[in-house]
Amino acid sequence: MPDEEQTIESPVPVARLQHPRAIRWLHWINFPLLLVMIWSGLRIYWAEDVYAFGVGSWQWFVFFPEVVYEKLDLNRHLARGMAFHFSFGWLFVINGVIYTIYLAISREWRHIVPDRRSIPEAKDVVLHDLHLKSDPPPQGRYNAAQRISYTIVLVMAAIVVVSGFAIYKPTQLYPLPLLFGGYQGARLVHFSMTIGISLFFLLHLIQVARAGWGNFRSMVTGYVIETPEPVVAEPEARELDVEEVSS
Amino acid sequence: MTDEQPPAGPSDRELELRAQAESGPTISIDEFRRRSRRSFITGAAGVVGAGLAWRWVQTQPTDDGIPQVLRNTLERNETVWTNLSQGRSAPEHPRSKATPIQVNGRIGIREEIDLADWTVRVEGPDGELLDELDITAFEALPQRDLVIEHKCIEGWSSIVHWGGARFSDFHQRYADQVGDVPYVGLATPDGRYYVGWDMESMMHPQTLLALRERDEPLDQEHGAPLRLATPNKYGIKCLKRIGVIRYSNERPPDYWAERSYDWYAGL
Repeated sequence: MPDEEQTIESPVPVARLQHPRAIRWLHWINFPLLLVMIWSGLRIYWAEDVYAFGVGSWQWFVFFPEVVYEKLDLNRHLARGMAFHFSFGWLFVINGVIYTIYLAISREWRHIVPDRRSIPEAKDVVLHDLHLKSDPPPQGRYNAAQRISYTIVLVMAAIVVVSGFAIYKPTQLYPLPLLFGGYQGARLVHFSMTIGISLFFLLHLIQVARAGWGNFRSMVTGYVIETPEPVVAEPEARELDVEEVSS
Repeated sequence: MTDEQPPAGPSDRELELRAQAESGPTISIDEFRRRSRRSFITGAAGVVGAGLAWRWVQTQPTDDGIPQVLRNTLERNETVWTNLSQGRSAPEHPRSKATPIQVNGRIGIREEIDLADWTVRVEGPDGELLDELDITAFEALPQRDLVIEHKCIEGWSSIVHWGGARFSDFHQRYADQVGDVPYVGLATPDGRYYVGWDMESMMHPQTLLALRERDEPLDQEHGAPLRLATPNKYGIKCLKRIGVIRYSNERPPDYWAERSYDWYAGL
């Protein structure tokens, strides 16, 4: 630390790069593309909307109640849905592939992919977020719960793309549909992953709102403002610890 | 007491994660303000740009019901897949897997016809009548079984056992007369339902002029006495109750393509 002397006297806030430019661009480009894909996908799904939670003939939740289609203008647009889906799909895939390649070669993936200790830490993050635990567990750029959910959503995105291709061209990409137990299996997987991604998206919006302006701004500008702790305070704290231990 | 002692200083894990969090380069607050302004202006421009692009797509002149740029993309998609998929075939299934096929479309076959009176007109690219055939002409061709997953553009599918003649066998009779004609159009006798096919797809060994389903002659509602069947295009292309087979140099009109669907509807 070259500024150590200065830090001791008066901590000067600095801005630290949190999100590299490529990640910011790819993240924000993905956002409208994902919306278009979900919207056009639901217009396609409407034509054969067979999925529901339930047992036997008892349906607890139907995907989707008629009112949902009507309110969102998703009914009777199968052809337009397909036209949008199979056009914007390429942009969605290209953006996702560039993102994946970038994560791999920039080694940014190390901030996102969880490690062995992330699972217990993620539990503590959740407890902390629910105000059931006072101290958050230690974290890197992202906390353990973020790392796990960002990785899961990436995996879901990969599955949604591969299953999508299996539905789109089942003959020409045969035996790809077999990976999902056939054409109808691919359709179910594709739909389930979309629901999963949508749930992630909702949770993401809530967490972004909770995290506040500085966090949101960092996804636009790339930087977070940090006020370095004055280093003079630390030795005192250490001494206290030592005293307590020795007692 | 010894069990509850607080850790002396940060743990290795904390140090590791802190190092990760602090791995990014830092800039001064003045520089941050400058870059922030630039980023937010870029972001606002991006939002406006995306909005304008969306408007541009939505306000395009339409081509058969969808914005021109989307129609062009569907056409380009077809080029991509046709080039990737020279000669690919859909998997075929054991007959025991076949189930009855549901009745979906009735356009062009609403009224029952007298099957004894039925004939199919075969027309050349200049509209000339090449032949008028009854069912015996199709029964005389080599008969094939085709057990495939029939896929509806709506999303359902079922394994169907078709029986009939390959279009490619039928085509032998006219190959010399019509030459290298790129398209075939088919229509119901009343002309209300019509489909267009590219010749390559028509000549695919899995494109069948079907006479039977599960070894029984077709029902009227499934397109008796003769219909198209293939696993390689959506069901909207599998015209029921064929009344006309028309070789064509122009891309033939297609009922559902005129109603916003992809003309090829290939799988």
